Amino acid sequence: MPQTLYEKLWQDHVVHQQVDGTALIYIDRHLVHEVTSPQAFEGLKLAGRKPWRVSSIVATADHNTPTDHWDRGIEDPIARLQVETLDANIREVGALAFFPFKDPRQGIVHVVGPENGATLPGMTVVCGDSHTSTHGAFACMAHGIGTSEVEHVLATQCLLQKKSKTMLLRVDGLLAKGVTAKDVALAIIARIGTAGGTGYALEFAGSAIRGLSMEGRMTLCNMAIEAGARLGMVAVDEVTIDYLRGRPFAPQGELWERAVVHWRTLRSDDGAEFDSVIELSAEAIRPQVTWGTSPEMVVAIDACVPDPAQEPDPVKREGMERALVYMGLGANVPIREIRLDKVFIGSCTNSRIEDLRAAAAVVRGKKVAGSLRLALVVPGSGLVKRQAEEEGLDEIFRAAGFEWREPGCSMCLAMNADRLEPGERCASTSNRNFEGRQGAGGRTHLVSPEMAAAAAIAGHFCDVRELL
Amino acid sequence: MDKFVRLEGLVAPLDRANVDTDAIIPKQFLKSIKRSGFGPNLFDEWRYLDVGEPGKDNSQRPLKPDFVLNQARYQGAQILLTRKNFGCGSSREHAPWALLDFGFRAVIAESFADIFFNNCFKNGILPIVLPASDVDALFALVDSTPACRLLVDLEQQQVVCPDGKVLPFAVDAFRKECLLNGWDDIGLTLRHAELIKAFEERRRSEQPWLFA
Ligand code: SF4
Repeated sequence: MPQTLYEKLWQDHVVHQQVDGTALIYIDRHLVHEVTSPQAFEGLKLAGRKPWRVSSIVATADHNTPTDHWDRGIEDPIARLQVETLDANIREVGALAFFPFKDPRQGIVHVVGPENGATLPGMTVVCGDSHTSTHGAFACMAHGIGTSEVEHVLATQCLLQKKSKTMLLRVDGLLAKGVTAKDVALAIIARIGTAGGTGYALEFAGSAIRGLSMEGRMTLCNMAIEAGARLGMVAVDEVTIDYLRGRPFAPQGELWERAVVHWRTLRSDDGAEFDSVIELSAEAIRPQVTWGTSPEMVVAIDACVPDPAQEPDPVKREGMERALVYMGLGANVPIREIRLDKVFIGSCTNSRIEDLRAAAAVVRGKKVAGSLRLALVVPGSGLVKRQAEEEGLDEIFRAAGFEWREPGCSMCLAMNADRLEPGERCASTSNRNFEGRQGAGGRTHLVSPEMAAAAAIAGHFCDVRELL
Repeated sequence: MDKFVRLEGLVAPLDRANVDTDAIIPKQFLKSIKRSGFGPNLFDEWRYLDVGEPGKDNSQRPLKPDFVLNQARYQGAQILLTRKNFGCGSSREHAPWALLDFGFRAVIAESFADIFFNNCFKNGILPIVLPASDVDALFALVDSTPACRLLVDLEQQQVVCPDGKVLPFAVDAFRKECLLNGWDDIGLTLRHAELIKAFEERRRSEQPWLFA
């Protein structure tokens, strides 16, 4: 019987199946960062247990680390203790790779894994972080877990799982210039809602998806969780294989040849059946901007803020009204007229080299609007930063008035000093516009790197398609 | 993990859909390396007028009087009643830790986000999915009944209202068993250690590149 990609990956990892369908699933790669792991290591120790397979672990510090003045170390004592706890835990148990604070390869865990070839097709990848769905771009079964499950994976190399339903998101056609993977992700969320993918494993397919680079596919899978799905995937093709060739932890020589033969089977068979199929036309997707406090509160750049009065569902209407109050916006305001205080280019959604190149292309030779308080570029990893500097992107950003920072999660969740002040409005390339996400009282609008760059220059949102 | 069998407790209504884990416990409290002590900062931005920081004395902070958990009638609540897609967003287990530390042992909603739902069971919290009509009825009941208490019976898989009305709910058989007995997942899984080893060996020979 023809199988979906998800079914193949599932079958390949079942260690044991109980009568009720709960399965013990083997975990190939365990990504670890400082925020969700300390209690897991402590629990392991308290129970007198040993980690099962430390060579599955790739660890880095990212959420809490500062993005400037690295010479001063981590000034916040509570954050420093957490990062030091990660250091101590990894030094004690070991890992395949560890990129501590200030390491040249340190960075956001979901940027670091793939760029080092530590994420390989067909793997199960887990991390105590919901955006682990990112790694599904490599045809992996990759999803976020809680800290109890981090401990469970450390102790047993397995997780207890129930099989998800499957949803195919087919996007066919050609994306217009200036329309990116981020816009596709937001357009999908606009269509199915933030709970639309709950209980499903998503597979993104169609000619528009095949046309995306690996980095674009990572952006898309990264946002699967914002559509309610724990995991999103893209099948292996030549783009996948080309990306992996020569990466530090990718196989080499004869092993590479064998691996590639296997990887090519990692796609849904023709005629495989999905529990749900959603189709979008790439041509219909325009640059997206969120206006509210949930990623599903999103419209195209040439639209206006929607009017709650037009919403028939009372719970939804109340949610919209509350969002507009929080965002300090009125109904029917054209998106282009929304003025900004800060711009943030970064996060595991959009901080890879192609994101920075695309933003730099918009910014080149121009100046950040004088009305802006801060425009920030935070590369996803030390390697991305170095590459960007070799290409002179840092100079382009600096000359325009952007700050060029050290890698980390930064203002995506504002655990470090990079944050919005109450009432400040930000165009952000990150993935969540929840209340307070970028700082208590901060107002976030999610956009692509190109759109964020264009907004930084104009001081308000504008249609990047008109600038290209 | 503490067992969950039956719970008779006060209900607090949080009438919002899509409550995310950033709202349940804001990021600044994630810097802790402990599992406990998050209760005073549960829903921090909705509960207090000022901005919370780790180490601040929460008993001295000004409260937002309108927020449901600040109202006298809901003090001591153990059951949270809310709307659909509760617990969306970040995978932080600090969210169920904060709910538990505050005193909640059960959450009733029309639907939950996957990771949060899973995390609840690992911490002895029962997330109960009820149809929208039942959730609506419960909101009305809590609104009209001072100090409304519900009986949550996991064994019978039902919520019993003060007027005797019974609302049945579904729960995964394995998760139910774990909660009823307070079982630790890791111990259960390690009973299959030989199977895991055999699987791992086979995998290592078939796909050696995964074991670099
Ligand atoms: S960049 Fe943001 S979303 Fe990504 S891992 Fe860091 S905090 Fe999470």
